[in-house]
Amino acid sequence: MIESMKSDAIRGPGRVPVRLKVNDREVELSVEPRTTLLDALRQELNLTGTKRVCDSGACGACTVLLDGEAVYSCMTLAITCEGRSVETIESLTGSSADAPALHPIQEAFIAEDGYQCGFCTPGQIMAAKSLLARNAAPSHEEIRRGMSGNLCRCGAYQKIFAAVGRAAHEMSGEG
Amino acid sequence: MAKLVKTKVEFEGHIREEEVVVERDDLTAWSAASPMTHVGEPRPRIDGPARVTGAAEYTSDVRLPRMLWGVVKRSPHPHARIRAIDTSPARALPGVVDILTHENCGDISWYDESRLLDSTVRYHGEEVACIVAEDEQTALDALDLIAVEYEVLHHVVDIEAAAEPTAPQIHPGLKPGGNRTAEPSTYLRGNMEQGISEADVTVAASYRTPCALHSSFETHGSVVSWEADELTVWDSTQNIFGVRSGVASKLGLPLAKVRVISRYMGGGFGSKNDVGKYTILAAIASRRTGRPVRIMLSREEEFLSAGHRPPAIVNVELGAKRDGRLTFIRARSLSTPGAHGRGGFQVCGPFREYYQCDNVETVQDAVYTNTGPACAFRAPGYVEGTFALESAMDELAGKLGMDPLELRIRNHAERNQPRDMPYSQKHLLEAYEQGATAIGWKGRRDTASPTATGGRHAASGTVRGIGMASQGWGGGGSPPSYALVRLNPDGTFDVMTGTHDLGTGTKTVMTQVAAEELGVGMDRIRITIGDTLTCPYSLLSAGSLTVPSVGPTVRAAAHDAKRQILDIAGSLLDVDPGRLSVADGVISDSGDSSRTVSVDEIAAKIGNYMVIGKGARGPNPSDVSVNTFGAQFAEVEVDTSTGEVRVLRVVAAHELGRVLNPLTLSSQIEGGVFQAAGLALMEERVLDPATGRFVNPNFSEYRLPTTFDVPKVESLFVGPPDEQSNNTGAKGAGEPPIIPTAAAIANAVSSAIGVRIRELPLTRERVLAALKERR
Repeated sequence: MIESMKSDAIRGPGRVPVRLKVNDREVELSVEPRTTLLDALRQELNLTGTKRVCDSGACGACTVLLDGEAVYSCMTLAITCEGRSVETIESLTGSSADAPALHPIQEAFIAEDGYQCGFCTPGQIMAAKSLLARNAAPSHEEIRRGMSGNLCRCGAYQKIFAAVGRAAHEMSGEG
Repeated sequence: MAKLVKTKVEFEGHIREEEVVVERDDLTAWSAASPMTHVGEPRPRIDGPARVTGAAEYTSDVRLPRMLWGVVKRSPHPHARIRAIDTSPARALPGVVDILTHENCGDISWYDESRLLDSTVRYHGEEVACIVAEDEQTALDALDLIAVEYEVLHHVVDIEAAAEPTAPQIHPGLKPGGNRTAEPSTYLRGNMEQGISEADVTVAASYRTPCALHSSFETHGSVVSWEADELTVWDSTQNIFGVRSGVASKLGLPLAKVRVISRYMGGGFGSKNDVGKYTILAAIASRRTGRPVRIMLSREEEFLSAGHRPPAIVNVELGAKRDGRLTFIRARSLSTPGAHGRGGFQVCGPFREYYQCDNVETVQDAVYTNTGPACAFRAPGYVEGTFALESAMDELAGKLGMDPLELRIRNHAERNQPRDMPYSQKHLLEAYEQGATAIGWKGRRDTASPTATGGRHAASGTVRGIGMASQGWGGGGSPPSYALVRLNPDGTFDVMTGTHDLGTGTKTVMTQVAAEELGVGMDRIRITIGDTLTCPYSLLSAGSLTVPSVGPTVRAAAHDAKRQILDIAGSLLDVDPGRLSVADGVISDSGDSSRTVSVDEIAAKIGNYMVIGKGARGPNPSDVSVNTFGAQFAEVEVDTSTGEVRVLRVVAAHELGRVLNPLTLSSQIEGGVFQAAGLALMEERVLDPATGRFVNPNFSEYRLPTTFDVPKVESLFVGPPDEQSNNTGAKGAGEPPIIPTAAAIANAVSSAIGVRIRELPLTRERVLAALKERR
C-alpha cells in the first residue's frame, strides 16, 4: 500500500505581513496565513513563556489576552490579530531587570504553591487575569468555572483555586 | 572514605542487593526533637518567580543559533514491513535539510530486538523517518511528502488475544503459546492448600485497569548541539545521567564527550526515565548537518509513542476465617509492555506485602501486543494491583459482614513478609485512625454490606458512599548520590547535585536541607541541578527516590563544608572547633557566647581559597525495610439516572517520615490523588482491534480531570521522622499518594450503589450497567 502523496498545494500563498501590538510594543511579522498566534509568539518573537501543550484548544496552556479577552493562542491565527493587542505572561512582570516586580497573581501562585511543574502556569495566570478583570471578587464556584478552560496534569487545582482567591483579595486592596 | 559494602537497593517494588562502593555517612539522623529553622517549614518554591513569569527555560524553549527543527514520520499501521521509502519529493521541498530513514541512520540497536529506525514497525506510531528543516512548518509539510510502501502484517492489540497460541507473532523467535515476554514471574510463601482448607469464606474475582497515559504537559524531546566532537543535549528527562550513558552507548561516544542538561521540565511521572529515539535522531541529524537540532514530540506523538501505564487484568482469590484473618491470597496478573517496552512491573507486589498472611502465591505474566511501548507511570504495577486487592478486600468484608476498615486492621502486617524483616517503622494504623476520623467513617452509610440499614436506592437521584483503601510502597531511597557545597568569598554557597525537579519542589527542599545544616538563610544558597557536566552523579528521579536519596546527600555535603568552616573559625578564635556551632550565619562558641565570627567574615578572610564540602548517600540499613504507608478515604456521589460519579472529598493519610516542606508535600499528595481520580473515572486509551490504531490520542477524547472533576483533598502526615531511613528521616512521596485513590473511589461507589464494578474507569456506561444488574 502506498500512502497517497499530497501535493504541495497545501502550502498556501506563503508569508504575509501582519501588524499587531504585543505587550504594548508594535510589531510587524511576516507569517503564513496558517500560522497560529502561539507559533508566532514562540517562534517569531521568541516569547517562550506561552506554552504549547495540546495544540488543539483542549488545555489552555497557551492562553493569552487578545484585546483583554482570554483566548487559546493555538486556536487563533496570527493574521486575525491584525491591529489588535496581545498580552502574554511576559507582560506581567515589571521591567526592572534586577528587581522584577511580580504581579499580585504571580505572587499568589507562588505563595499558595499553585503549580508543580509550572508548564501550564503562564496560561493559568493569564486566565486568572482575565477572570479577575471580569469579576474582581469571585466565589469558589466562580473560580472553579472561570478557570475550567485550563488543565493542570500535575493536579495543582486546589492550590490554583486558592491562588486566584488570594490574588483577588490582594488586588481588591484588602490584602 | 569510600568502602565496598552490600546494600539493599529498592526500586519500584524490585529489591536487589548490590555490592557497591559507598561512602560513609556518619551523621546521625535529625531526631523528632531536633530544633529546625528551615526543614519542616512551608517554604514557597525558590524557583517560583522563574516559573510564574515564563522565564524558566524548559527544553522546549531552548533556541540555538542556526537550529534546525526535526519531526518524526510514524507508522499508521500496528504491524508492517517497510518495502520502500521514497524521500525525494520531501527532499525537494525548499527548507528541508536532511532526512533519516532506516537506510541511512546507521545500525543502532533499540529495545534489544529492534533498531533506531527499523524496517519492521510493530505499533501505530512507531518511528519510520526523521526530517530536519529550517523551520517546523516546513518539516511538517515534508512529512506528507515522504511515500512509504508498507507490507501490512497481522496484528494483535488486546492482551488476552495476544496470549492465545494462535495470535499473530509480534517478534520472531518467541516461544509458541502466545507472545509471552518471558516466563511468568512467580512468588510463593507458605502452603496454599493449607490456606485454602482453612478458609471459612472466600472471594474470587477478576479486576481490570485501563491503559492510562502520563500526559506530561511538556512532551518528550531534546535539543542537541555538537561543538567539535562534544555533544550537548538539552532533554526533558528525569534521568540526566541515564540519558548521558544511553546517548554515549548508542552513538559510541566516551561519556566525557556527552553533556545532558535538564534544568526545568514540564512533568514526567515516570515516562522520562530513559534515552529517547528523538534524542539519538536529533544527534545524528545534527552531526550530518553541522547544525543544532531540536525535536520535541507533538501531543499526538506523545500519546502514540511516549509510554503509558499498560492495561492489566488481575485475577484474585482471597480466603479468610470468620474473624477476618486471611488464610490465603492468590493473584495472577496479565499485562503488556506493548510491542517493545519495559515490562516486569510489580502488579502483584501489594498482594505479597500489604496484609499479614502465611500463604501467598502470585504470578505475573506479560505478553507483547502491537501497541506503543509501556514504561513506568507513577507507582507502576502497584496502582493496578492495589485496585484489585483493595476491591477484593472490600468484597471479602461484605461476605464476612465486617467493616472493611476493621478487616484491614485485623490483617495488619507488622513485618515485611516477602523480605522477612521488620520495617524501620510503620504507622499505618494511625493513618487508618486519623483518616477515618477526618472522613467520618463511623457515621457512613454502607449500602453494600448485607447488614446495612437505611440504604436508599431511589430509582433516580443521587446516592453517596464512602470507601477507603490502603497503600504500601518503597520510598526509602538508596545510594549512589553525591553533592558538592562550595563557599563563595561573599559568604554565599553553591550547592550542586545531579538530580531533577519534575515539578516536585526538589530544588526548594534541597535548599532547605542545605540551609538547615549550614546554619545560614536559604537566600544565601544557590542550587544547581540537572547538568551532568557541572553536577556530581545523582540517581534518576523516579521510584520516590529523590528526597530520601539526595536529601541526606546534600546534608552530608553541607556538613562537610560546615566542618571545614568551623575548623577555620576555631583557629581564628583560638578555640576547639568542636565547641563551635553556627546559626543564622553566625559561628559562636558554646562555652563563651561573646566569641563569635560570621560565616561572611570567614569567607571574606579566606577569599578565593575554597571550602568545598562533599557528600555522599550512605548505605541503607541492612536489617530493616524502609517503606512508606498510607490510607485514603473517598466520599463519592453517584447520579443513579446518568451514572455520573463525582468524587466529593478525599482524605489522604500518609506515613512519609519527616516532612521537609508541608507546602510542596501536600501539593504532591493532591496531585497524586487527582491523577488517580482521572484513572478511576475517565482516563482510558482506546484501541480499535480491527485496525490496531489508537483512536483517542488527544485531550478532547482522552479526558484529563478538569477543575470540575477534582475533589477537595485533605492531606494528613502521619508518624514521626523515620530515623533509621537516612540522616534526614524523610521518605519519598512521589508515588504513595497515587496508589490507593482509585481503589478507595471504587469502594466508595460500590458502597453508594450496592454493586461492585471491577473495571476502571468507572464510566457512566459501566455505572448504569451495574445499576441495571442490581435491579
